[in-house]
Amino acid sequence: MKTQKEFSIVGNRKSKSIVEKTAQVIFTICAFMAVMAVASITIYMIMKGTPALFEVGIKEILFGTVWKPSAKEPSFGILYVILTSIVGTTMAIIIGVPIGILTAVFLAEVAPKKLASIVKPAVELLAGIPSVIYGLLGILLLNPLMYKLEKIIFAGSETHQYTGGSNLISAVFVLAIMILPTVINISESAIKAVPEHLKSASLALGASHIQTIFKVIIPAAKSGIISAVVLGVGRAIGEAMAITLVSGSSVNVPLPFNSVRFLTTAIVSEMGYASGTHREVLFTIGLVLFVFIMIINVSLTKILKSAENKD
Amino acid sequence: MKTRKLVALIGAAVLATASLTACGSTETTAESAAETTAAESTAETTVEESSATTEEANTDLSGSITMAGSTSMEKLANAVAESFMEKYPNVTVSAEFTGSGAGIESLTAGSVDIGNSSRNLKDEEKEAGAVENIVAIDGIAVVVDPANTVTDLTKDQLISIYTGETTNWSELGGADEPIVVVGREAGSGTRGAFEELLEIEDACVYANELDSTGAVMAKVASTPGAIGYVSLDVVDDSVIAVALEGVEATAENIKAGNYFLSRPFVMATMGEISEQSPEVQALFEYLASDEGKEVISSVGLITVD
Repeated sequence: MKTQKEFSIVGNRKSKSIVEKTAQVIFTICAFMAVMAVASITIYMIMKGTPALFEVGIKEILFGTVWKPSAKEPSFGILYVILTSIVGTTMAIIIGVPIGILTAVFLAEVAPKKLASIVKPAVELLAGIPSVIYGLLGILLLNPLMYKLEKIIFAGSETHQYTGGSNLISAVFVLAIMILPTVINISESAIKAVPEHLKSASLALGASHIQTIFKVIIPAAKSGIISAVVLGVGRAIGEAMAITLVSGSSVNVPLPFNSVRFLTTAIVSEMGYASGTHREVLFTIGLVLFVFIMIINVSLTKILKSAENKD
Repeated sequence: MKTRKLVALIGAAVLATASLTACGSTETTAESAAETTAAESTAETTVEESSATTEEANTDLSGSITMAGSTSMEKLANAVAESFMEKYPNVTVSAEFTGSGAGIESLTAGSVDIGNSSRNLKDEEKEAGAVENIVAIDGIAVVVDPANTVTDLTKDQLISIYTGETTNWSELGGADEPIVVVGREAGSGTRGAFEELLEIEDACVYANELDSTGAVMAKVASTPGAIGYVSLDVVDDSVIAVALEGVEATAENIKAGNYFLSRPFVMATMGEISEQSPEVQALFEYLASDEGKEVISSVGLITVD
C-alpha cells in the first residue's frame, strides 16, 4: 500500500489540490504571456509612433507624397508607401486566392489519393520555406524576366525610368506565391468540414461532381474560405524580407513597372542609419502597419462570428 | 461536427494572425534596441574600460580625449576610440557626432580636443587656429555591370545620370541600353558622401534604393545597364569600377588627390599635434601605427602615409 502511495503523483487529497492549483496558476501565467505581449506591443507602437505624427503633422505624413527623410528640408510623406501596400496586397490576393481555392478543391474533392499525397506535402513545404529564399528566387528568376518585359513594353519611352526588373509586379508574384499555403490549407480544411450529406444530396439530385463543388460545397465552406483569404491578406501585408529584395525600394506611385516601397520594406531598409525625426517616422509607419493588421484581425473575428450565428 | 471544426479553425486563425502581428513589431523593437546599443557603445566602453584597469596594457597614460564633428566619421571615430581605449585603459575617448562644421566650431571654441571633419578645413577655420590632420581617406567607386562598354565618365555625365537627365548609355557612347540607376537608402553614409561630393543632395532619381553595399553590388552585377556606387574597398571582379575624368578608382590615385569621388577624414587640433596633451599625441601616434592603420582599413577607408 505504502509504496503504491509514494509512486503516485497525486498521493493524497491535500497534494492533489496543490497539484491542481499549481497547474491552474501555470496555465494562467501562460495565458497572460500572450496577452501581455500583445498589450505591450500595442502600447509601445502607439507611444513610439504618435510623436512624429504631431511633430511633422498627420496630414503631411499620411497624405504627403514626397519621401525625403534626410534632406535639408525633410519631407516625410508616406502616401505612396501606404498605397503600394494596399495595391500590392490586393493584386497578390487577386492572383493567389483563385489558385489557392482551386488547389484546395482539388486536394479535398478531385485529386486521387495518391496524387493528393504528393501535392499536400508540397504545399506544406511551401509554407515552411523561409521568406528570404522567395526573395532570392525573385532576384534570380523574376527580375531578369521582368526587365526583358520592361524593355519591350517601354521601348522608345522618354519618361519611364528603367528599374532593372525590380518592380511592383515582381513583388506581387512573390507575395501571391507566399500566401498560397495559408489559403490552401485553411480552405481545404473548410471544404473537408462540409457535411457529407450535403454532397450526397446534391449528387442524388443529379448534379454532376463539378456542379456540386461550385454550387454546394464552396458556398457551404464560404466562411472558412473567407477567413483563409483574410489570413492571406495578413500574411501579404506583413511580409518584408522577400519583397525588399525584389521591389526596388524606391518610393513611387504603385504602377506595375515602377520600383516601389511597401510599409514593411520602408521600415526595414532605413532603420539602420535613421536618427531623430526620420527614425520616429519609421515607427509611425510601423504604427500604420499595425493599424492595418488590427483592422484585418477585427474583420476576421466579425466574419467568423457571423458565420457562427448562422450555424 | 461542423461547429467544432470551425471553432478549431478560429483558434488557428486568431493565433496565426496574432503571431504575425507580434513578429512584425518585435522585429522593429529588436532592431531599435540593437541600434541604441550601438550608438551608446562608445559611452559604455568608456565607463567599463576606465574602471577595469588591466595589467598588460599601458596604464601610465591617463586622462580623457573629447572629439566632436562629422557624422560620416562616426564609424571611424568609434572604432578608433574603442581600440585605443583597449590599449590605454586609463584614457577615455568620447566622441560626439554633430557635423563637420559644428565639430570644428567646438574645437576653436575650446570645448573639445579634436574636431572631426569629413572635408578639408576652410581658410577661416585654419586662421582660427585649427590644424588639418588627415587621418584617412574615404573613396567611393562608381560601378557598372561587366558587359558595359562605357568605362570612363566625367563629373557632369555622372551628375546627369543620377539626376535622371541621361537615361540611355547610347548618349554616353555606349550600347543602346537604358540606364538603371542604383543607389543607397536615405541616411546611408555612402549616399550622403556621394551626393555631397557631386553636389546633388536630394536631387537624385533612383530606380533602386538598396539597403546594403552587398545588395548594390549584386544588383549592378546582374542587371545589364545598371550603375551604382559603393565604398572603394568592396569592388571586385563582378563589376567594373569606371574611371572618373580619366582617373582609375585606385587607392594610389585617391591618395594623390586625382580622383574626385573621395574626401579626407580630418581630425583637426588647435595648434600642431606636438602642442597637444600627451593623450591626444598618443592617439595620433596610434593612428599612424600599423595597429591604427588596420583599424582604419577595417572600416573601409584608405590610410594615409
